[in-house]
Order: sequence, then C-alpha cells, then structure tokens
Amino acid sequence: MKPAPFAYHRPSTLDEAIATLAADPHAKVLAGGQSLVPLLSMRLAQPSALVDINGLAELAGIRVDDRGVRIGALARHADVLASAEVRRTQPLVSLALAHVAHATIRNRGTTVGSLVHADAAAEMPVVLTLLGGSVEVASVRGRRTIAAAELFLGPLESSLAPDEIAVSADFPALPAGAGVAFEEIARRHGDYALCGVAALADGETVKAGFVSVSDVPTVVDLSGVPAGERGAAALAELDPVGDIHATAAYRSQLVRVLTERVVGSAVRDAELRSREGAP
Amino acid sequence: MSEELHDVRLSVNGASYDVRVPGRRLLSDALRHDLGLTGTHVGCEHGVCGACTVLLDGAPVRACLMFAVSAQGQEITTVEGLARPDGTLSNVQQAFVECHGLQCGFCTPGFLTTITAGLRANPTPTHEECREMVAGNLCRCTGYQNIVRAVERAAELGLDTPSLVPREGSSTNEETP
Repeated sequence: MKPAPFAYHRPSTLDEAIATLAADPHAKVLAGGQSLVPLLSMRLAQPSALVDINGLAELAGIRVDDRGVRIGALARHADVLASAEVRRTQPLVSLALAHVAHATIRNRGTTVGSLVHADAAAEMPVVLTLLGGSVEVASVRGRRTIAAAELFLGPLESSLAPDEIAVSADFPALPAGAGVAFEEIARRHGDYALCGVAALADGETVKAGFVSVSDVPTVVDLSGVPAGERGAAALAELDPVGDIHATAAYRSQLVRVLTERVVGSAVRDAELRSREGAP
Repeated sequence: MSEELHDVRLSVNGASYDVRVPGRRLLSDALRHDLGLTGTHVGCEHGVCGACTVLLDGAPVRACLMFAVSAQGQEITTVEGLARPDGTLSNVQQAFVECHGLQCGFCTPGFLTTITAGLRANPTPTHEECREMVAGNLCRCTGYQNIVRAVERAAELGLDTPSLVPREGSSTNEETP
C-alpha cells in the first residue's frame, strides 16, 4: 500500500506548474490528494511525476458575485462550506458539500479536484452539471472553459488534456425565486452515497441530478411532471446498476423515493424564496 | 537509478525535524519511521479508517493521504502533542479513560486528534453532533457507544489544550455550523 516512485515537483507559480506538466505527458496534478493518493497507494495509478500545486496560493480563493461562485483550484471543501456568501449565492453548493466525505477529508480535499476527478459517485460533479456550471483550465497552449456538459466523459474520465490544469470552477448563482434541495442515502453519513439526488426548481423548469446511479453525472428534466409521478419519470430515464453496496432493485427504489422527496423540497424552497423575495 | 530524495523540515508538536525522504513518503510513514513518533497509527492506508489522523495547522487531516514533502511549512500535531506540558492527560484523553472509550487502543490516536479539533470547532455539541464528529473514524472493536460518551464527557470537561487554541487573527479550516 505504498505509491510507486515518482518525481515530485512543487512549483511556486502557475506558469511554472503548467510548464512542468507540459514537459511530461505522464505527470499528474496533486491538489488535496484525497482521491489521488489512495489510487497511488494501491498502485491503480503510477504517474511518472506529481506536480504539487499546494504552493500556489493564487489558486486558493473563492470569489462570489451576482453571477455566481468561482472556486479556485486550491480551495478546500471546508473553506467553501464555511463561506456564508457561497451559501447565500448558490445554496446547492453548500447543501451538497455537507455530504462530501467526512470533515477530516473536507479539510484537505479540494472542490475543483473533486470535479476533475470525475467520479459519478461524488456530489460536486452532479451539482456542476445540474447548475450548468463550468471549469476553467490552463495549459501552455492557453486557457479554455469547459462546460459541465462536456466535462464528464466516463467513469473517472474528464475531458481535460494531460497537460491541462483546472484553475477554477464556476457555479452559477441561484436565480431569484428558484429553489434547490439535496439529499442522499449512505450506510454511514459521509460515506459514498448508495443514491443521491440534487434538485433545482426554477419557475416551470424542474430538474434532478443523480449521484451513484450512472457512470457519468446525469440530469433528468422533470418539468411538468406532477408530484407523485416524478420518481417513476426519473427512473424511466435512468438504468441503475447493482453493485456490492446495493442491488439494482434497491437503487431503483432509492431513485423513486429520493426523487419525489428532493424535488418536492426544491419546489417548496422555490415557493419560500419567492415569498421572501416579494416586495 | 536511485530515487530522488528531498530535504524536508517538519514541524511536529512544536519541534523541528529535518528529514531526507523520497517524494512518495507518506506523512504517516515519515512521522513513524523517520521521526520515531509511533503514536500515529496506520490502518487502512487509503483514507477510510482515520487511525492516522493528525492536526495540520490545527485542522484534522489523514496523514496517510498526504506526502511528507507537502507538509513542509505547516504545524503538525500528533497524539503525542495532546497531553499537557507537565505530561498529564488532556481532557479529551481523560474522558476516554473515564468512559472506557478505548478497547484495543489501535484507533484511539485518530479519535483523540479528531475529537480535540472537533470540540474546538464546536465546544457544546449535541448527541448527534458528537456522533457525526467521530463518523469518519473506524473502531475495529466497535466501541462506538463509549467513544461517543467520551466526546460528551470531554465537552463537559472543556477545552484544555492551550497550544491548540487558535491564536487571535489566525485562520482555521473548521466548518461553521
């Protein structure tokens, strides 16, 4: 359970980090390491080099304005979760982060790292997809913005090129009168969810995103589906698989029950926010 | 070809240690093997069990999910650093004794560091908050009832680890309720 040897680089500027990464096609970026280090220790991944970006304080910021929340690549989950501004501007980010592993892991793990790790059993990829957010990446070739819809290609596979570093993620603000909710079922709070649901209700539009149900973060449009039929409607768009943690039948039942519950909460949240926002 | 080594200065429990380690040396192994601080235990080595939990600038982190080279410049507190300067037990340690919060003791260092930081962030936890505070740590003896009781007892005794009380103006990583 020890990592294979690798060259270790700790750049002090982003330009240096980008150049170091570009020089070695088998190098990986190390931020919080909460998902990467277990992969290294179990030798499921053996990169030739690690580019440790923990020295790049310029990437640690969280910026909040009317348009939304921009989270720097080095911002820890705990920092984002502690931000009252984030909670006010896009409450779904805070609601979901409370379910990301345990407090100890959140102290070290980064939100952007979780996004580019592209695990469909993780909360933040689904939240980014549901909200229509994006990730900004940098390389020696310049910068580009990847929309969430184009980011997640397969299990643990993102559309970042090997020489690209994710520098920030943008979560759009919650529009006035819209509502959100998040809930998941895990054997122990903080463990990987057997099934999790995020929901966004914005006027006539109602959408739900699913954690641990499919290979990539999946969002289902439930606009116009009446209460009581949302669980079945969501399940019709999904194909939950069984694994060691839950059978396909049990996971399907969780989709039915959680969809009804979470979408209902998001709709009520929207009503509440509309009343609060009314003059 | 021999592996490249890095000179690293680790600050642990108020003392500085200079070590020469490969990039892949886990912080948990550096503490145990290079520094001889074997209080930090290594269980699962992939971040699940929590036995290796140490405090990094006051916030609990998994020492098995960090490389020693990454810890340079930060203050590490291990279970050896929790007792009072005169060697008597901290209130969290005392509470474990009183409530029989340890059986075989393997997971105890991780629980003690986790709870010390947890009570600093939330000195008056509810029963549910006590349970959640230790939810990321596994006890192979399944002694959880007494461990949760020890958290509640430690909260009654109050916070007493002066070196861990955040200095004014210093930032911490704890989440707010």
